[in-house]
Amino acid sequence: MSERHTPRERAFWSIGILVVLLYALIPVAWMLSLSLKKPEQVADRKFYSGISFKNYEVIFSDDTFLRALVNSIGIAAIATIISIGLAAMAAYATSRLDFTGKTVILSGALAVAMFPPISIVGSLFELWRTIGLYDTWLGLIIPYMTFTLPLAIYTLSAFFREIPWELEQAAQVDGATPFQAFRKIIVPLAAPGVFTAAILVFIFAWNDFIFANTLTSTDNARTVPAALAFFTGASQFEQPIGAISAAAVVVTVPIIIMVLIFQRRIVAGLTAGAVKG
Amino acid sequence: MEAASTTETRTATPPAKKGITDRAKAERKLAWMLCAPAVIAMLLVTGWPILYALYLSFQRFDLRFPDQKEFVGLSNYSDVLTSSTWWSDVWTTLIITVVSVSIELVLGMLIALVMHRAIFGRGPVRAAILIPYGIITVVAAFAWKYAFDPTSGFVAGLPLISDTAQPLNTKAGSLLVIILAEVWKTTPFMALLLLAGLALVPDELHEAAKVDGASTLQRFFRITIPLMKPAILVALLFRTLDAFRIFDNIYIIQPGGALGTESVSILGYNVTINRVNVGLGSAVSILIFICVILIAIFFVKALGTSTAQQRGEEA
Repeated sequence: MSERHTPRERAFWSIGILVVLLYALIPVAWMLSLSLKKPEQVADRKFYSGISFKNYEVIFSDDTFLRALVNSIGIAAIATIISIGLAAMAAYATSRLDFTGKTVILSGALAVAMFPPISIVGSLFELWRTIGLYDTWLGLIIPYMTFTLPLAIYTLSAFFREIPWELEQAAQVDGATPFQAFRKIIVPLAAPGVFTAAILVFIFAWNDFIFANTLTSTDNARTVPAALAFFTGASQFEQPIGAISAAAVVVTVPIIIMVLIFQRRIVAGLTAGAVKG
Repeated sequence: MEAASTTETRTATPPAKKGITDRAKAERKLAWMLCAPAVIAMLLVTGWPILYALYLSFQRFDLRFPDQKEFVGLSNYSDVLTSSTWWSDVWTTLIITVVSVSIELVLGMLIALVMHRAIFGRGPVRAAILIPYGIITVVAAFAWKYAFDPTSGFVAGLPLISDTAQPLNTKAGSLLVIILAEVWKTTPFMALLLLAGLALVPDELHEAAKVDGASTLQRFFRITIPLMKPAILVALLFRTLDAFRIFDNIYIIQPGGALGTESVSILGYNVTINRVNVGLGSAVSILIFICVILIAIFFVKALGTSTAQQRGEEA
């Protein structure tokens, strides 16, 4: 294989790959480097100036950050579970069953995917304050669940179409109802696809800033992106660069590890949902 | 998206029997029961608030003076549409959208080609580009903001760049940093969508063209691009709408949209949440909603024409 390629070709691709790697890694490396600096080193503009865990000590003894971390994980996880549950049912119907209105449902989901959240934050702000959902977990879970449904439905339908259909028919011939066939045959076969969709949905909910910013006001439900934006140091007008960087690294590393472990699935999920949907 | 799905063979459903059998009826009922929760959730959480926003946009409604709430017809809309802020924000948003999506298309295509054609190292490239995808937008915005920080950022310390360069103190510089942050974070998504499109271009066409003496560039522009047109349009549709809604990056890099970096979403936020003028803010929200619909219609029409053309050529 490799002998067919000239040194020039190899050099060309090596440079291309190197550029892509640098492109992806530089901001992450900068954040990591800032987080490991001592306060007096922050202005030295160097990528490496020794390792100090002072900033990490600061954020892990900060209730605001810890609360935000718990809120983020809890809210994103619950929204993911509900969204995947509802989407799995809808995706099963749209990919396996024949019924009028299927196109309407899929187009509707597509419309929600294009919907601008800013257009409803005002109404939700007003409504949530009236009905007591403002600054609560549920107040964020509801929009996250809804806005991830299209992504989940399209990704899951694409995966569900790949599942061998005959197995379900065989189960139905053996006397299983359509629902039993769904639960006993499709669910286990669909688990990898469901897992992939769940990762994509979790990342979406974990990333949100606009709802987290507008629909919360205290540690009660404020998630990490919103907490980072409101993080202030000793002086109100100066952002604590080191502490924010450390917090950023803490919330980034687990996602990066997850993304790298499941990279094949994530790529398959993102492209399947968009192209085949 | 719809067009792409029609080309797929529907092996899933057995051909309909004559009349509606009990089985078909049960199937339809089950289908609707399975879809109902998702459909109801989407309708309730998007449909209802948007209608409520429409209602509020016709009211004078300021949370500081809730007693003065009253129907004022289109006056909020005329206030927004005659204000120079709205139009300069639309302009800023369009600049950010067009510039960042164009750069993403070119970069995304290059990365997709590297992933599709590279003779080695596809794994590391795929892993690397998923990193920006997985990172929280707010975190990425902080990373770029701190990289360009005049006192502590590494950019000002780079060779060839003036130590006194302070892009975040000017409008143009801030917009560049915002666009850079946007491009960095979302190019991977573009690249993956384009990669999926690349995979649909048959290798035989390239081989045939090669035999006929077509150069690499000719093959790219005459074979790859035309065949990928639907995939490109889908990617552009998603990214354009997403970029038009830009909020997080601006909020972090220039808080409040300072120095003329205010986008329409930031304006909606400032009016509704900061100044609690819910009536006026709702008018801004509805106008943004209309812009999004117009952009979507434009791309869906273009997509329809391009897939129709392709089908025509194939027939």
